[in-house]
Amino acid sequence: MGLEIAFWILAITAVVAALAVVSLRNIFRAALCLILCFLSIAGIFVILSADFLAAVQVLINVGAIAILIILAIMLTREVERGSLPNKMQFPVLASVALFLGIAVFAVIRTPWQVSDLSPIEPTTTELANKLFGEGGFILPVEIAAVLLLATIIGAIVLMRER
Amino acid sequence: MTLGLEHFLVLSSVLFAIGLYGALSKRSAVVILMSIEIMLGAVSIAMVAFSRYVVPALLIGQVFTIFIIVVAAAEATVGLAIIIAIYRRRETIDITKIDLMKW
Amino acid sequence: METTIPNGLVWLIFLLPLISFVLITLFIKPFLNSRPKLSGYITIGTITGSLILSLWLLASLLNAPSHELIIPDFNWLIIEGSINIHFGLTIDMLTAIMLIVVTVVSLMVQIYSQGYMHGDPGYHRYYAYMSLFTTAMLGLVMANNLLIMYIFWELVGLCSYLLIGFWFHRPAAAKAAKKAFIVTRIGDFGFLAAILLLFFNTGTLDVAQLHSYAVTGAIGSAVLTWAAVGIFAGAVGKSAQFPLHVWLPDAMEGPTPVSALIHAATMVAAGVFLVARMFPLFEHSPEALSTVAYIGGFTAIFAATMGLVMTDIKRVLAYSTISQLGYMMLGLGVGGVAIGIFHLFNHAFFKALLFLGAGSVNHATRTFDIRLMGGLRKVMPWTYATFLIASLSIAGIWPLAGFWSKDEILASALSENTLLFVLAMITVFMTAFYMFRVVFMTFGGEYRGSEKPHESPPVMVVPMVVLAVLAVVSGWFNATGGFSHLLGHGESHGFTEGFFGILSHPLPWISLAMAGSGILLAYAMYSAKWLSAKRISWFFRSLYVLFSKKYWTDELYEDVIGQRLLSDNLFAGMKLLDSNVIDGAVDGVAKTVVVTGKTVRKMQSGQLQLYGLFIILGVLAIVISLLLSG
Repeated sequence: MGLEIAFWILAITAVVAALAVVSLRNIFRAALCLILCFLSIAGIFVILSADFLAAVQVLINVGAIAILIILAIMLTREVERGSLPNKMQFPVLASVALFLGIAVFAVIRTPWQVSDLSPIEPTTTELANKLFGEGGFILPVEIAAVLLLATIIGAIVLMRER
Repeated sequence: MTLGLEHFLVLSSVLFAIGLYGALSKRSAVVILMSIEIMLGAVSIAMVAFSRYVVPALLIGQVFTIFIIVVAAAEATVGLAIIIAIYRRRETIDITKIDLMKW
Repeated sequence: METTIPNGLVWLIFLLPLISFVLITLFIKPFLNSRPKLSGYITIGTITGSLILSLWLLASLLNAPSHELIIPDFNWLIIEGSINIHFGLTIDMLTAIMLIVVTVVSLMVQIYSQGYMHGDPGYHRYYAYMSLFTTAMLGLVMANNLLIMYIFWELVGLCSYLLIGFWFHRPAAAKAAKKAFIVTRIGDFGFLAAILLLFFNTGTLDVAQLHSYAVTGAIGSAVLTWAAVGIFAGAVGKSAQFPLHVWLPDAMEGPTPVSALIHAATMVAAGVFLVARMFPLFEHSPEALSTVAYIGGFTAIFAATMGLVMTDIKRVLAYSTISQLGYMMLGLGVGGVAIGIFHLFNHAFFKALLFLGAGSVNHATRTFDIRLMGGLRKVMPWTYATFLIASLSIAGIWPLAGFWSKDEILASALSENTLLFVLAMITVFMTAFYMFRVVFMTFGGEYRGSEKPHESPPVMVVPMVVLAVLAVVSGWFNATGGFSHLLGHGESHGFTEGFFGILSHPLPWISLAMAGSGILLAYAMYSAKWLSAKRISWFFRSLYVLFSKKYWTDELYEDVIGQRLLSDNLFAGMKLLDSNVIDGAVDGVAKTVVVTGKTVRKMQSGQLQLYGLFIILGVLAIVISLLLSG
């Protein structure tokens, strides 16, 4: 019962925050609403018994990405201009609405095969096993590491002052 | 009503749609980036929901989500670096003005 | 000679003048331009060679079984299963006789031209074209299938165009050349249609095969009639029969030797030859045969009426040619191949002679207008004598050549079709009259012009004498019916009683009487002046106007049909169609492409968000189609 209430609150918060991100004039406030959106998503993870993931979401998405976005807003003085729509507003709106309609239709109509097993709690040990253990995802982990290295180097190169 | 897979999936769809709208119809590059982050978040919710409801023992969805978050971080980094580089050159990050690849 | 001519030399008969043409065009004209006589010598040499070979050929044929030689042909256009065209020669008596005619007349004309065309700047060109013409004409009579024949037919027409318009800087000559080509083209269209018709119905164009098909009735009678009529249409064009006769009088703008060779003796005879060659088709289609006879008979009298009033000596001779060709067609139609070809044989000699005589007169008096001549018999005795002999021959006076062939035609007409016989008889009177009108006005009386006429040089007189001899004796070949027997095809209504025996029948006396009265009337009007020509022409003035205006056929063809009907209406309408509809469609296609390009180009806006929108729309399209298809 509690879970349902929590879900609804978090869901509505996420949706409203997302709407705010895309429609607020002031970009800085939009960034703050992004943070709110991320926090709501973290809450949803908790409802889904993905506790480790919720923590990761908050740490990285909120703590790093959102901060980075705010940094970029400051550096490029976007606040002065504001968030404006471009010429394609209405066609995009129509397409997106159509997309949403079809997605919801597909989701509701499909007979999902839901299993009755209860989720694993806590997930940390299990995740660790999955990532680093036998027959796990160790290769993607290594590749992710290389990817992050490339990202750092790329960012530095792009940002160098001539 | 009890929570079912459909609820999470519908939520994911709605968030994805909102992010999509923002990505395609905004002029400011930073706002587009934020919308992309929203889309990625929506997908993460869907992954985790599937993982929990269909095959709870395997946790594949959560593993996937971890990677999504890693890649999102990398992409945001590089994307913002590019945005700042463009801003240095052109004094604007209105992407309707950055159209050198047109006919 | 007892030896048969080798096959290779038979090919040489028509290749020799071709060699002359090539030599003149490629070597003499570019390099040896200052020695004009060379091209004349080469042409005369090669045609003499062809003449000797033709005589040898004739001798071989007379000894050969069924008077035919089989020459192996070679494959020319073979498509497995559908087309099988060989390039070969067919040598029978008809071929041999035509070869003799063409080579003899051509040789005489070339020798004469050495004198007539002396000093003309286009000397080389003249002989080149003459050689080419001779090649084409010889090839035409030797061809063994309709396609090769058609090629040579067109080549002959081309040479006629080139030679009529020889003095091309004169607008009248250029116009006449164009007219000749276009009018004969109309007839050639009928010929081509007939060729196609025959090919589609029988799958072959070989003359011998077509003959056997016609005889055995393998070709349906409707097809046969249409094919024969089409072939006759080609002959109508080439031989200047009504209604395509209008080009021949205008063709007199060319040099006189050209008129003698092409428009008197050989090319215009090609039409008669064609009908004779394809005669089995005509034999088995009575409608076609009677068409030939009627058109021939009508043309004969039609042209003779116009010849009565012309004042240009060459024009009179032109209408005379048309009229005599009408006789030949009539002969083919009622009497058969032998009778028509016999008249062709005789006519070639005396008509060529008449033209050469006209050229000689022109050489002396610088004009062709008979009103400015007169009294020339005193200063040009040889020309006068030969011209007189030819005139007597064409009038059909016994025992000259023209009498024999005309009489055969008249006899056949009498037994087949009385109306045509009457028309032919009237034409005999007219022919005699107009020829002797020319004789008396040109050679009789006193000189009315202002030049100083003199006799022509021997190079021009000798060929005329040779032709005069032939004009006398060529009729004797059939005195005992030998000619008809050799040619076969069609019955001979002629007489086989020989030289004097013929006078025992009543018909020759009637024709002699008609001819004699024509000569007498001409004498009365133009020599002794018992009757005034002016008063008679005033008395019959409506007829006079009708004849001298050539029945307004030129006006009809050129103004009414050519200008008003076609040019202003039909062709102008076509032009509108072309520029608006067709060009419009082509431009429209281009414009559509351009407009499409402009529109599609907008998709490359450089805006990534637009591309993203397209991606989403694509994904949606796929998903919707998947959903709809279940």
